[in-house]
Amino acid sequence: MAMTDSELATTSTLLDFQNVQLTYPNGTIALSGVDLTVKRGEFVTVVGPSGCGKSTLLRIASGLESSSEGISTVNTKRVGYVFQDATLLPWRNVRANVELLAELQWETQAVRREKAQKAIDLVGLTGFEKHLPRQLSGGMRMRTSLARSLTLDPELFLFDEPFGALDEITREYLNDELLKLFVEQQFAGLFITHSVSEAVYLSTKVMVMSGRPGRIVDTFDVPFPMPRDPDIRYTGEFAALVGEVSHALREGHGA
Amino acid sequence: MSTERVVNDGIDTAEATRDLMGAERQALEHHDTELEIAPTTAAAVPLKRRGSRGGIANWGPPVAVAVLIVGLWYFVGSVVLEPSKSYLLPPPHEVFAVYFNPKVAPDMYEALWNTAVVALGGLFIAIVLGIVWAVAMNQAKWIERSLYPYAVILQTIPILALVPLIGFWFGFDFAARVIVAILIALFPMVSNTLFGLQSVDAAQRELFTLQRSSRWIVLKKLQFPAALPAIFAGMRISAGLAVVGAIVGDFFFQRGTPGIGALISKYQARLNAEPLFAAIILASLFGVVVFWFFGWFGKRVVGKWYDFA
Repeated sequence: MAMTDSELATTSTLLDFQNVQLTYPNGTIALSGVDLTVKRGEFVTVVGPSGCGKSTLLRIASGLESSSEGISTVNTKRVGYVFQDATLLPWRNVRANVELLAELQWETQAVRREKAQKAIDLVGLTGFEKHLPRQLSGGMRMRTSLARSLTLDPELFLFDEPFGALDEITREYLNDELLKLFVEQQFAGLFITHSVSEAVYLSTKVMVMSGRPGRIVDTFDVPFPMPRDPDIRYTGEFAALVGEVSHALREGHGA
Repeated sequence: MSTERVVNDGIDTAEATRDLMGAERQALEHHDTELEIAPTTAAAVPLKRRGSRGGIANWGPPVAVAVLIVGLWYFVGSVVLEPSKSYLLPPPHEVFAVYFNPKVAPDMYEALWNTAVVALGGLFIAIVLGIVWAVAMNQAKWIERSLYPYAVILQTIPILALVPLIGFWFGFDFAARVIVAILIALFPMVSNTLFGLQSVDAAQRELFTLQRSSRWIVLKKLQFPAALPAIFAGMRISAGLAVVGAIVGDFFFQRGTPGIGALISKYQARLNAEPLFAAIILASLFGVVVFWFFGWFGKRVVGKWYDFA
């Protein structure tokens, strides 16, 4: 899967799925013929109804599951994965939670501390280092989770509906923060969501997925420049694109 | 420190959720100011505890019940029972006096100490064995399948039926008593630890899988800490049971240094009502203290992140 460093330097495609298929032992086809690439500087969002297998894409990309057919290539070792829930360890404070991944990579205490502090500052949790997860709001827990992945300095960032459980306002704030990070850190992003407007707002490319079997039914390039103006959400072009994506989604869903 | 205090200050949940959004915004705009932390914290924490303010509301009701019981005791002893039968229920102050009676008290305290050594020794061994047993079962499904039925059997066999066998094998002394305490206290440790180890969230485990963490690291950094609340709950139950086991052991294995159970059966045989009551109360208090201690200990260790009831 992983390439050598010289190859890494020359390629900008960080994730490459070719005709990826996943069939479960009971015969259920979870994914069928998925082609998908994510390049450096791209933020690709997969939007689809629940149960369509969109999270499975991420699980294959991260190696948590493997495809039964097709080729999936990840051209970097630095992969960040943000789960649906914050998945913080409740007995660790914010700093210790953010340090976890570096700790699991056997980094020294000093390096861990430094990476964690940088990530905590990036997500705007400075001053909350000693708070336990239970003392934080849902949005702040998600930021902590984001910071934890940032310590890996990921080249490829996978997001599995990370803001799905948050209220609208918190979600919009975190969308903006995430875009800021994307512009600053220049990772390649693959984002899973069931919210069309979130998909359009965040991405450079939106892919629409339909369920049973899970397949990509449509792809839209999002023309709006980065960094994005939050007010773009209230423009006609934005609404038109959201409408198109929603339409494709509904057609793919067969409703 | 101040955040802990904020956590305990009862603010209702509805208010907390209402403030949540505001808190989020505050966090965004003023995340470097130390002053913003307290209100955010108070707002963000779901508060489940009640009556943690201490004072009369907490210890008042149980004390009232204790006074009632003592009153009832006097009443039954002096009014209900005929004078010829009043020896069945000696008045509380006479029972209390036993604790200061130089002829009886030292023996009683020594016996309690002996029982305590048996109970705590048995408990310690049960805790270690129980955790090791559960961790082993957690490592592989086949180990769990092989060993769990025996944990259940351990729980269901009447220990009293085994008592003669234990005496037969290990003698009628200290060792046999400790073994009874272990057998009675072991199961809650096994089942609680196993439950705790298995309660880990699938996504949290995947977090470790993605970093290619070894089984040992997952156990050490994820499963064991996650299991601590359940382990402490098990310890508290086992502690109470170990005391029961030690006293049961006292009754049957009276060779060597006598325990409080041996004294109780001696006083009963001699119709020594006052010391009998005093010894029973002492044994009960010991059980309560042990139970309470492990509750306190558990709260100390995991109370910061878990509502240890």
